[in-house]
Amino acid sequence: MTRADALLPPVPIPLPVVPCDYRTLSDPVRARFAKLKDREIALSVESLGKVFRSGGGETTALRDIDLVTHRREFLCVVGPSGCGKSTFVRILAGLETASSGVVRVGGVPVSGPGADRGMVFQGYTLFPWLSVLRNVAFGLEENGTPRREAEREARQWLALIGLEAFAEAYPHQLSGGMKQRVAIARALATRPRILLMDEPFSALDTQSRARMQAYLIEIWRKIDITIVFITHDLDEAVYLADRILVLKAHPGEVAELIEVPVPRPRSPDQMLGPEFRATRARLDALIHPPKEEADEPAATALVTRMAPAGDEVE
Amino acid sequence: MSAEPRTDAGRRPLPKGGATGEPALAGPLPMPPAATPVKVGARRRSWVGVARPLSSRRRTVLAVLSFLLPVLAWAAVSYVPFLWHPLVEVTEPGDVAWMEPGMRVPKAAFAKEVAGVQAAKGAVPVGIPANPVYLPAPHAVAAALWTSLTATPTQRDAIRLPLSLWHSIQIIAWGFLLSSVVGVPLGILCGAQPTLARLTEPVIEFVRYMPAPAFGALMVAILGIYDGPKIAIIVIGTFFQQVLVIANTTRRIEPLLIEAALTLGARNLRLIRRVIVPAMLPQLYRDQRILLGWAWTYLIVAELIGTSSGITFFITQQARYQHFENVYAAILIIGLVGSATDLALAWLGRRLFPYDRSEA
Repeated sequence: MTRADALLPPVPIPLPVVPCDYRTLSDPVRARFAKLKDREIALSVESLGKVFRSGGGETTALRDIDLVTHRREFLCVVGPSGCGKSTFVRILAGLETASSGVVRVGGVPVSGPGADRGMVFQGYTLFPWLSVLRNVAFGLEENGTPRREAEREARQWLALIGLEAFAEAYPHQLSGGMKQRVAIARALATRPRILLMDEPFSALDTQSRARMQAYLIEIWRKIDITIVFITHDLDEAVYLADRILVLKAHPGEVAELIEVPVPRPRSPDQMLGPEFRATRARLDALIHPPKEEADEPAATALVTRMAPAGDEVE
Repeated sequence: MSAEPRTDAGRRPLPKGGATGEPALAGPLPMPPAATPVKVGARRRSWVGVARPLSSRRRTVLAVLSFLLPVLAWAAVSYVPFLWHPLVEVTEPGDVAWMEPGMRVPKAAFAKEVAGVQAAKGAVPVGIPANPVYLPAPHAVAAALWTSLTATPTQRDAIRLPLSLWHSIQIIAWGFLLSSVVGVPLGILCGAQPTLARLTEPVIEFVRYMPAPAFGALMVAILGIYDGPKIAIIVIGTFFQQVLVIANTTRRIEPLLIEAALTLGARNLRLIRRVIVPAMLPQLYRDQRILLGWAWTYLIVAELIGTSSGITFFITQQARYQHFENVYAAILIIGLVGSATDLALAWLGRRLFPYDRSEA
């Protein structure tokens, strides 16, 4: 929605409709996927389930999730609200325990949070009492690096995200986008295998979000990291991901695992391309089934008129 | 009120079915009524209004008024003769045998004596309207405050206010320090460790309801009659609240900060030291400020235990001599010391935690 809106002229012009199936991969894309799948498995999820017990009732948040991601893959997870995508990423992080199934990172089962999985949260989670530099150095220090060395390394990470000038600043002095960049650097500093991101850009305005997406792709290209990225923004998912895990709600199950046919390197112009639009259309169909939309009464029927007759605005 | 024209204009009636509105205006520019009375610049902002922020000047004015109004009321009751003054202070006893100069007599009794003496053709007693002795005038209290702080007392067994105040401050400081040395770490551990919390908090919650002064006799038996039991009462009064309040503060830390620290590899004591404590520090500081205020409230009772001491001794002694202006002076001093400490700590807090936005 973000980029497309900004690029489209106010009057919609009919775009040439190229018949395109989101499942057909062009040769370069297919080659890329083949190369990706040749790499070792970074993360494997086997019949993962999560049941919340509250009061007398049980709620199944996740059921039978199976997934394998390879090293340096960019995986997006999308789904309607209540599909348990946040629960999913929290289980991967080890912040919540699964009711059934196993999560393996590099073949080792996950039993709790650990520095092999970095995490960037939706809210701002920088430590407000530490400078930007100390924030980035935090994980290194916790894992036994002496403070001086940790700070030197942290400075390099700040250089990577272009915030060296703010090393001594405190989080409350930064903008939202800058805070999230520091949070990414902080998560990457401990050299995790997997970077988990739970709707990290949803609090940002449209422009900062677009900039952050570009930053993230740059970082991912330059660093040996596998990214699991939760979002509710479908354009964001198609723009960023190699593959998109689509969950459905009540209970959270895998609806489809889509291999994104949009070639890399990605640019905002591709949002108008046939592959992008076909993938987007498929996601829309999966997440907003037409049947459910029809059940809701139309807006015109809902709102009672309270303005004088003849005083029309439209 | 000046706000009225605007609110009236803004509140437009809901259209009644199909009505086309008022007759058209004769003027060249028929404007809807909502747009006509706009004199926003000329309008002064109202002093009343729910959840409306005040300008800093008004805040200062109101703060000064909050002190000035009670003082004015006090001055009015003290200096305006017909406002209260239920007694007559005798200046000239006349022929009434039992009256003495300086004695305060109820108005009715005085009038009766005057009538009696007049009937007997004796010397009529003279007096001026007066308030009871327990309500001295502001100037008397101000003078007492000044002399008690500067001059040496005239009575032999009297003690000086500054010295007794200093003694009280020491009692508070020791009591609060001892309570904090155990209470703060225990509170933080309880907040961070559900097991420890469950093991200690129920009994602390139980003891909290026992009034600290109830332990007075016991403490005297254990710790003697001097400063020991007084400090103990302050510790008892503060400690149990302190553990519960601080444990709660610890539990209210933004959980995302702790989760972020966990994903970065922080564990156990390091997690407490490097994340939980710094995250709660601004609020912990505020809690301690409030708890220090509570410690002051236990002081007076604590000082009555064993041998009376400190500012309480000063107050009870002066009250016994009916020097109520000194009593008020001492109470005012406690208020001044307490508020000054709190303001100083608040100022220091803003220096210490510049990143904390929820500064109270």
